[in-house]
Amino acid sequence: MKIPRFTYHRPATEEEALAMLTEFGEDAKVLAGGQSLIPLMALRLSRPAHLIDIGGLRELAAIRERSGTVSVGAAVRHVEVERSALVARAAPLAAAAMPHIGHGAIRNRGTACGSLAHADPAAELPAVALAAGASFVVRRASGERTVPASEFFLGYLTCDMGPDELLVEWRLPTWPVTAGWSVQEVSRRHGDFALLGMAAMIDTDPVGRISTAALSLFGAASTPIRVDAAEKLLTGEPPSAALFDEAAEIVKGQLDPPGDLHGTAAYRKHLGAVLTRRCLSEAAGRLGAAA
Amino acid sequence: MSDDRCEVTVTVNGEERSLAVECRRTLAEVLREDLGLTGTHLGCEHGVCGACTVAVDGAAARSCLMLAVQADGCEIETVESLGTEEKLHPIQQAMWDEHGFQCAFCAPGFLMTVYCLLRENPAPTPEEIREELSGNLCRCTGYASILTGVQAALSRGAAADA
Ligand SMILES: Cc1cc2nc3c(=O)[nH]c(=O)nc-3n(C[C@H](O)[C@H](O)[C@H](O)COP(=O)(O)OP(=O)(O)OC[C@H]3O[C@@H](n4cnc5c(N)ncnc54)[C@H](O)[C@@H]3O)c2cc1C
Ligand code: FES
Ligand code: FES
Repeated sequence: MKIPRFTYHRPATEEEALAMLTEFGEDAKVLAGGQSLIPLMALRLSRPAHLIDIGGLRELAAIRERSGTVSVGAAVRHVEVERSALVARAAPLAAAAMPHIGHGAIRNRGTACGSLAHADPAAELPAVALAAGASFVVRRASGERTVPASEFFLGYLTCDMGPDELLVEWRLPTWPVTAGWSVQEVSRRHGDFALLGMAAMIDTDPVGRISTAALSLFGAASTPIRVDAAEKLLTGEPPSAALFDEAAEIVKGQLDPPGDLHGTAAYRKHLGAVLTRRCLSEAAGRLGAAA
Repeated sequence: MSDDRCEVTVTVNGEERSLAVECRRTLAEVLREDLGLTGTHLGCEHGVCGACTVAVDGAAARSCLMLAVQADGCEIETVESLGTEEKLHPIQQAMWDEHGFQCAFCAPGFLMTVYCLLRENPAPTPEEIREELSGNLCRCTGYASILTGVQAALSRGAAADA
């Protein structure tokens, strides 16, 4: 199908983009890499009257480290995150997610912030944001607010942003050098959205007991979710295969995933246990690897 | 409606082109219909099959997932830039010799993906080749012959022409 008609805008500055969002509100959509929005429009599932193309805004195109955070601007493409030495060192969980996102040609155009704003529950980056304790800088013409990842994802393709707001920056806390990380998923074909996936981080205290655990699932519900009960079980214990098996059973028990023609709910629950074991053993192997 | 026309200047296969196109038209549509470059194929038109892959500023991109106006100021290379019927590009020649394709509907996308891969990484491992080509679908071959063709292209030094 042909894409429905719209008026195209290419603001020269972020300020101009915000003014356009104020003017057009509900009738407008931000266009970043277009790797989610263009297919939706081609299928006529979305028909905005105005497109505001922020893809070329240089002021939003940087990955920076400052005061304990790594920030990824709204015009930064997946491929730049994937190849960033700064992200590999200071946000290794995000780096580990990148190869799972679609294919090279998709990552050459799509943006990290676009994926986060799109809030697909099966996407990798929202789950990474949730596990890593990231936050989002959201701006409108009249001001700015910062939303923690735990409050940002509200439902299927829905996040805490108004129609006049722009996600300008994804902020990740600089990775604790002692912590280990892993992103694992199962999909029908390489590059497809995951049937189920997990982003995990664990850290240990000086005597080798787990001091922090974050298990964040994607494809499991209408938003990415953390599994508190399994995280509690892990905390205070030394890492071991037996402990990870126990955590895996908890994750399986807590999951209430959707079933569809790609996989039944029971299969996805099973995957929850499998991915928990894989993630935790990989993360344990990487404890201290970022140092 | 003047509102939904956009001015676009792109360099396509080395030649600068300025056009006024409907803003809603994709790069693939403009390449095929306005510029007559029908080598770029359209399969799914929503990003899944890879048939429409072209090089945008040297990097592989889905031309069905890009508005032509998003390519304004960019350098585009399509399959037509690779070789001629008399003198195939080494990647094309290797595919020909190894019977890489059958119906070849998917070929333009595979060829441009391989071309972009070799430009960035002149010595990819078999694993890296599989990974990169995983975004392109072929309904005929089962992929083994395509991978053989890419390996043949590599061993003949095709990366030097990427
Ligand atoms: C074949 C295929 C496979 C894919 N596989 C995966 C996958 O496995 N995992 C995955 O995570 N993704 C996948 N994607 C999607 C891809 O990651 C997209 O790049 C990403 O979801 C959206 O980024 P974008 O820059 O292209 O955003 P766009 O498509 O431009 O925008 C997406 C949505 O977000 C809004 N938006 C974008 N940026 C902002 C902003 N700064 N502020 C406010 N709103 C904004 C837009 O208005 C739109 O509603 C796939 C896509 C395709 C075509
Ligand atoms: S036609 Fe563009 S990916 Fe299928
Ligand atoms: S050879 Fe027919 S689709 Fe690939």
